[in-house]
Amino acid sequence: MAELLVQLAQGFLVTLELFALTLVLALPLGLLFAFGLMSRFRPVRWVMKVFVWIIRGTPLMLQLFIVCYGPALFGLSAIRNSFLAAVIAFVINYACYFAVIYRGGIESISKGQYEAGQVLGMTGAQIFSRIVLLQVIKRILAPMSNEVITLVKDTSLANTLGGIVEIIAATKEVTGATGMPLIYPLLGAGVFFLAFIGLLTLLFGYLEKRLGYFKV
Amino acid sequence: MAFLEVKNYRKRFGENEVLKGISFTLNKGEVLAVIGSSGGGKTTLLRCLNFLEIPDEGELYLGGEKLFDAAEKLKISNARIREKRLHFGLVFQQFNLFPQYTVFKNITLAQALLARQEFSRKKAEFSAARRGAPKEKRAQLKAEQKKILAEIKANQKAAIEQKTLALLERVGLSEKKDAYPHELSGGQQQRVAIARALALSTDILCFDEPTSALDPELTGEVLKVIKGLKSSESTMIVVTHEMDFARGVADHVVFIADGQIEEEGTPEEVFGSPKSEKTQAFLRKSLEELF
Repeated sequence: MAELLVQLAQGFLVTLELFALTLVLALPLGLLFAFGLMSRFRPVRWVMKVFVWIIRGTPLMLQLFIVCYGPALFGLSAIRNSFLAAVIAFVINYACYFAVIYRGGIESISKGQYEAGQVLGMTGAQIFSRIVLLQVIKRILAPMSNEVITLVKDTSLANTLGGIVEIIAATKEVTGATGMPLIYPLLGAGVFFLAFIGLLTLLFGYLEKRLGYFKV
Repeated sequence: MAFLEVKNYRKRFGENEVLKGISFTLNKGEVLAVIGSSGGGKTTLLRCLNFLEIPDEGELYLGGEKLFDAAEKLKISNARIREKRLHFGLVFQQFNLFPQYTVFKNITLAQALLARQEFSRKKAEFSAARRGAPKEKRAQLKAEQKKILAEIKANQKAAIEQKTLALLERVGLSEKKDAYPHELSGGQQQRVAIARALALSTDILCFDEPTSALDPELTGEVLKVIKGLKSSESTMIVVTHEMDFARGVADHVVFIADGQIEEEGTPEEVFGSPKSEKTQAFLRKSLEELF
């Protein structure tokens, strides 16, 4: 039993690493993509739209394999470090979903907010960082919580690349080592997910409350 | 010589020519009321004055100097536009307060950002001076400069705070200093917006139908504040549907119809004995709406 918990916890640690790395990198990259989607320069906008279409239009699992084995297209060997490949695929995939959410949030802010900043002599960057950003964050908190929670669970896909023993893969290892029926570690994995996502839900609830002091 | 001179402003949006050559002058300390029916180009004119829209044609002189010439508009950088904007303030119909900031911060934000810009400029100047000084004196110079910079920063902060508190008192909202915009009535929000615009001490303050979004019982407090701003130092342009207000406050009235100035003059002239048929019809109609 103790063995089971230790193994599951180790697996979940890998899950968390993947999750945290993806989140930290995809949040800013998504904002960059969002600016691309809203660019005044048509070719940039167009390229970004096609890119988002491709990423949202193909399965994440396929993308994992493509990132991993893609270098073969250029006569190179597959990426050996499957964890790295997984992070790259997750970051790009999630950045695209985030980008669409950001764009929706940014476009929902009234033109008057920008203009009020302009007539007060603020620069575009000041208007975005001082006025618009926090309002956008407040607006997109709910859809972002969906994506973030989905990400926690999507990390399991990484084990298809092999060599990444995240929690689902760990359940099999436990049964292999102890002969315990698979159902027990699987239920245990579920508890880990539930607990962590429960924590995230509380965190989002807290953020929503923190931003509840103003109305947009 | 007029303080503000607008020459032949033209603006079109696609096929729709909204301003068809607007020219007028305004003296320092005067209030100009701009009246006319919706869609006539009044708001576009104000937006052009504040460079929220860039006129297609026309020139603008302020204090005798050319501030803007549409012939050169492609050459003007965003930074230059931003500088030009600082000559004009604008109070919006919809207030457009920043919801996440308190009343106080709404008023101080732009002041603080400008002060910071000034501070960085000073700092860059100082470090240039340091590089020019002999090596052995640099450390001492740096220490002195550090003291001066700290002083500047403290003074800026105190000045902004003092000014903001004075403005809040002027618009009668001192006790709402720490409130958030959504906690205020429309009239109070608009008074904050006025204080926010005043905080930058612009040459000319524009009002875009400042009471149109307000419930009738709240318009009075806002109009009273605007009336109270009238002084020999404040030059204002007010786009308004409040004819009584225009009549009572304005030194000069411009009636805009279909992108052109149809009639202008003193309030007595425009309201008392309008010459143009369009003006007469407009005034008659706005009078009917009252009763």
